[in-house]
Amino acid sequence: MGKRIAVLSLQGAFAEHEKMLGELGIACFEVRQRKDWDQPKDGLIIPGGESTTQSKLLVDLGLMDPIKDEILGGLPVFGTCAGLILLAKNMVGGPFKRLSTMNMSVRRNAYGRQLGSFHARGSFAGQDIPMTFIRAPYIESVGAGVEVLSVVDGHIVAAREGNQLVTAFHPELDDCQVVYEYFARMFG
Amino acid sequence: MNMDNQDRQTLNRNLAQMLKGGVIMDVTTPEQAKIAEEAGACAVMALEHIPADIRAAGGVSRMSDPKMIKSIQQAVSIPVMAKCRIGHFVEAQILQAIEIDYIDESEVLSPADDVYHIDKTKFDVPFVCGARDLGEALRRIAEGATMIRTKGEPGTGDVIQAVRHMRLMQSEIRRIVSLGEDEIFEKAKELQVPLDLVKYVHENGKLPVVNFAAGGIATPADAALMMQLGAEGVFVGSGIFKSGNPQKRAAAIVQAVTNFRDAKKLAELSEDLGEAMVGINEQEIKVLMAERGK
Repeated sequence: MGKRIAVLSLQGAFAEHEKMLGELGIACFEVRQRKDWDQPKDGLIIPGGESTTQSKLLVDLGLMDPIKDEILGGLPVFGTCAGLILLAKNMVGGPFKRLSTMNMSVRRNAYGRQLGSFHARGSFAGQDIPMTFIRAPYIESVGAGVEVLSVVDGHIVAAREGNQLVTAFHPELDDCQVVYEYFARMFG
Repeated sequence: MNMDNQDRQTLNRNLAQMLKGGVIMDVTTPEQAKIAEEAGACAVMALEHIPADIRAAGGVSRMSDPKMIKSIQQAVSIPVMAKCRIGHFVEAQILQAIEIDYIDESEVLSPADDVYHIDKTKFDVPFVCGARDLGEALRRIAEGATMIRTKGEPGTGDVIQAVRHMRLMQSEIRRIVSLGEDEIFEKAKELQVPLDLVKYVHENGKLPVVNFAAGGIATPADAALMMQLGAEGVFVGSGIFKSGNPQKRAAAIVQAVTNFRDAKKLAELSEDLGEAMVGINEQEIKVLMAERGK
């Protein structure tokens, strides 16, 4: 009880994550600059948005290394879409600075432009849930120690490596708490 | 891909949600697009002439050459938007055919229809539209827009109209929230918009789609001003590439939007940006673009 989650709030759909956490009765705070990060926390959410924008802001605001250190130190982290890209060790196309903490290779804009965005239903860790993909990436391959949690149309769209959880889709946009409940068990 | 239109509308509103807290920059070349992306733009608006030049040149201004737009799509990985004229649904069809990520049905270009806006529900690609007040915003949403921006007065470097439009919209939203349930009907009639949209505003205290600021934003302080007034992100047009140091100014505006309430940070970001765009004052201009399309 009394858990407190940091929500990276540099750019993108962070307010939607805060709302979902609120519905589950989990407290959270926004991280917009270095001093916000120093507060005590039980986990971190990296939201969807533009990964290039978030990367640039992580560097300019001096947040890249401190966040990376805590993730490597075991802080539970949940990355959606752009968050997934920022956590991936390897990426196909357009290299830019990332946290690069999770043992997987990701393809950005893997379904094409906005006309390729779609809704689907798929299995997440054995439960059928709605999934929203917006100019989404998918995971091309995972390395040792990474558990695949969802596969849609032959592509990996959710995975976990120890303290790190990622989805290529946006659970913050659908009325379904399954992924959050899963994340809550990681820091609970 | 056979999707019903409601589904598309939701996905298109969702893309706008991903742009929140970000800066969308006008670019005219692949080189500018790359500068914008590297500075942290969350999307770019591809157009042949930035509003300040459109204003200076006068004459009829139209959709950009698709080849030029495609060269920008090739150059960057972030979403690419482009403008079509108000009511010009064929320009919109063309932009959809080249898989643009967002169409701006924009008053910056010469309007093609002085009565009808585009029926945006007929399209799969998303539309952003300008609005000066809540009625305009909700009418555009009823027509299928999945993102709204203030009209501001583009190409002037004068933020006064964007401020006026954002303040008016926020104030009208607050008024609707305070209405009694039985007063909503009359309000919908007065604004000439569907009842369910007014109900949404009444219940949620916000537009049903993302709302950005646009028009005349030239400095980090301008961007932060619009954010503090309730914008969810900003468009910066002429303000960047008409300034002395576009790279630095663009990056500073991006940071200002993230930390829009931190005056100390904004002070740092406002230092040494070089010459801002000269701009023209609202009173000095001949064509009020914001008056186009109501």
